[in-house]
Amino acid sequence: MPEIRNFTLNFGPQHPAAHGVLRLVLELDGEVVQKADPHVGLLHRGTEKLAESKPFNQSIGYMDRLDYVSMMCNEHAYVMSIEKLLGIEVPLRAQYIRTMFDEITRILNHLMWLGAHGLDIGAMTVFLYCFREREDLMDCYEAVSGTRMHATYYRPGGVYRDLPATMPRYQPSKFRGKREIDRLNEARSGSLLDFIADFTMRFPACVDDYETLLTDNRIWKQRTVNIGIVTPERAKALSFSGPVLRGSGVVWDLRKHQPYEVYDRVDFDIPVGVNGDCYDRYLVRIEEMRQSNRIVKQCVEWLKANPGPSLLEDHKITPPRRVEMKGDMESLIHHFKLFTEGYTVPEGEAYAAVEAPKGEFGVWLVSDGANKPYRLKARAPGFPHLAAMDEMVRGHMLADVVAVIGTLDIVFGEIDR
Amino acid sequence: MNLLLSLWTEYRELIVLTVEIIAVMLAVVISVALMTYAERKVIGWIQVRHGPNQIRIFGLPFFKGLAQPFADVIKLLLKEVIVPTNADKFLFLIAPLVALTPALATWAVVPFSPEFVLADIDAGLLYILALTSLGVYGIILAGWAANSKYALLGAMRSAAQIVAYEIAMGFALVGVLMAAGSLNLTDIVRAQSHGYAAYGWPWQAAGFLTWNWFWLFPLMVVYFISGIAETNRAPFDVAEGESEIVAGFHVEYSGATFATLFALPEYANMILVATLASVFFMGGWQSPFDGYLAPTSLLAEPSFMWLALKILAFLFCFLWFRATFPRYRYDQIMRLGWKVFIPITLVWIAVESAMAWFRVGPWASLG
Repeated sequence: MPEIRNFTLNFGPQHPAAHGVLRLVLELDGEVVQKADPHVGLLHRGTEKLAESKPFNQSIGYMDRLDYVSMMCNEHAYVMSIEKLLGIEVPLRAQYIRTMFDEITRILNHLMWLGAHGLDIGAMTVFLYCFREREDLMDCYEAVSGTRMHATYYRPGGVYRDLPATMPRYQPSKFRGKREIDRLNEARSGSLLDFIADFTMRFPACVDDYETLLTDNRIWKQRTVNIGIVTPERAKALSFSGPVLRGSGVVWDLRKHQPYEVYDRVDFDIPVGVNGDCYDRYLVRIEEMRQSNRIVKQCVEWLKANPGPSLLEDHKITPPRRVEMKGDMESLIHHFKLFTEGYTVPEGEAYAAVEAPKGEFGVWLVSDGANKPYRLKARAPGFPHLAAMDEMVRGHMLADVVAVIGTLDIVFGEIDR
Repeated sequence: MNLLLSLWTEYRELIVLTVEIIAVMLAVVISVALMTYAERKVIGWIQVRHGPNQIRIFGLPFFKGLAQPFADVIKLLLKEVIVPTNADKFLFLIAPLVALTPALATWAVVPFSPEFVLADIDAGLLYILALTSLGVYGIILAGWAANSKYALLGAMRSAAQIVAYEIAMGFALVGVLMAAGSLNLTDIVRAQSHGYAAYGWPWQAAGFLTWNWFWLFPLMVVYFISGIAETNRAPFDVAEGESEIVAGFHVEYSGATFATLFALPEYANMILVATLASVFFMGGWQSPFDGYLAPTSLLAEPSFMWLALKILAFLFCFLWFRATFPRYRYDQIMRLGWKVFIPITLVWIAVESAMAWFRVGPWASLG
């Protein structure tokens, strides 16, 4: 009699639901998963090592490329750890701008997640709807930093520059008539803040739209309820964070429990799940989008009313104004020093963490007093989540693996670093 | 010349039939091409985007995008057919034909209009059931012959799914058979005009109310959903399951084999299911206004136009479902088929039998 063996399936790295370069070796009994073995490292770019050979500011851009769907949050953790070492205080307006963009980033990330998760489970229309709204937020990124994704907008001591007073507009083209251009430019006639304010007015209705397609859909519920359950105890033991932890019913959010920037001044709630299954994590993220929208709204109001500096005036760390350089010797020297060797950071080590959309994203920095880090370690929230893959999918079917990967919101930029 | 004339007089019927068959096949193939275009356009419309809008017919300045399916066909036919090294070459290449043949052959018994049907055979319904279940062999063979794990999973899923839904579909058609008293498709359509449904109502002939859907509504729903499952369309597209098993049974196919294995049969079957649903439940070529308007009115005339409109309505539902619903999981499809649809059809067949026995509803006239 022939020996009966399980079916080994190589899921990825080139697989539509692998979310990048996940290689998952699945051991299947029929279609039931007996063992899931995630292989990582295919997107390893040596970010942490690269940072050791560059002045501090030059690594900000690398941080964008870690979790490449929540760019500014990664930058935030990095600049916060530098600020901690330098012992500097960021101007209040910069703190509000950072809070606002952190939340915009959260919406960006969750929209991407919702679209991809929907697509994984077969609801493809949600994907297009999500990307429609993402486009507006990308435009906000572009307005402040010049790029749609890898912004490099945060700096130790604040943000690269203050919010622009005008919003770029659509130009007439042969593909779009005047009427459509006027409709598209309607929200763009004012400043960036007006545009964001307009977005926050529209966005809750958009989230309602996504929910009508998914939340009460019988098929969606059949596919997500009771799939990949993680108990609160296991979630803590596996060092989960972010929506995956909150989906299991653990009340833990760095924005509430270790407030940074101005999260203690804005009003928001943190949603938690009950069962810890895919459906709860879905609901938690949907609600987080609504809450982020609330935070953005409050920040916009404050920023409109309170102009002020958005970057520290200490020119040992931040570049002087262009005008000053023309007539002031000292400014010229500051500029030259900053853009050749950068600034030095006192000896010591610091860990700063932010509540990134995927969970706790932290940067641990060791400085030996030079102009570049001695060691940098990024704590990626996705890594422990992926490590729990085996535990979450065991006993489920092949199609559920896809649902679980989607619900963990895995991005390989941060896991492989 | 004399020879041709003698051929014509001798084989007249054969020649006419061949021409008719070719015409129907061509019509089906062109409908398939237009269907892929319509699918992309309709789903594009639902998803707030344009869909194909560039490729024109011979560069004409109108109907932009309409030539897209033809461009796709040319592309697919010109591409290299790759046969994987470990594949069973013969089965791998024969599978697309096995899938394609029944998808086209079934059209022989479809009554397009009161006058036109290719083969007006008495066992039409049985013929359809037999041929539609043959199509799955193509899929199973394709999945098996490719010698790929994803393709094997897809074939397995497809086989299990089709067994489950074939039964529900068959039972749904038993109800139609009972209502019409015939297996001939033309008779089934004719029977729906007898005003069975409207019998005992204040008005006697009530157009669309006399069609089978009225008394067999649960069966129509079951039949149409089973039809979606049979054709492996969303939300039952687990055999293809793009995000799970990549492309399922046709993962290793390319070029012309891909076109004949996947695109043609799938879309031809979709149109077929829509047509059969119209024929079995929506009165085929009959006019919905029959009995409301004067019998001489053009709108009350039975014609192919009505059949076409009904087919289009059903086809739109196919596309609509695809854009709206998430995909079922494999075991959930099985549950739906075995535990929901089959009991529903069984119960309704019993209800129908009771109605026939006690001479109520459509059978009142027989009393």
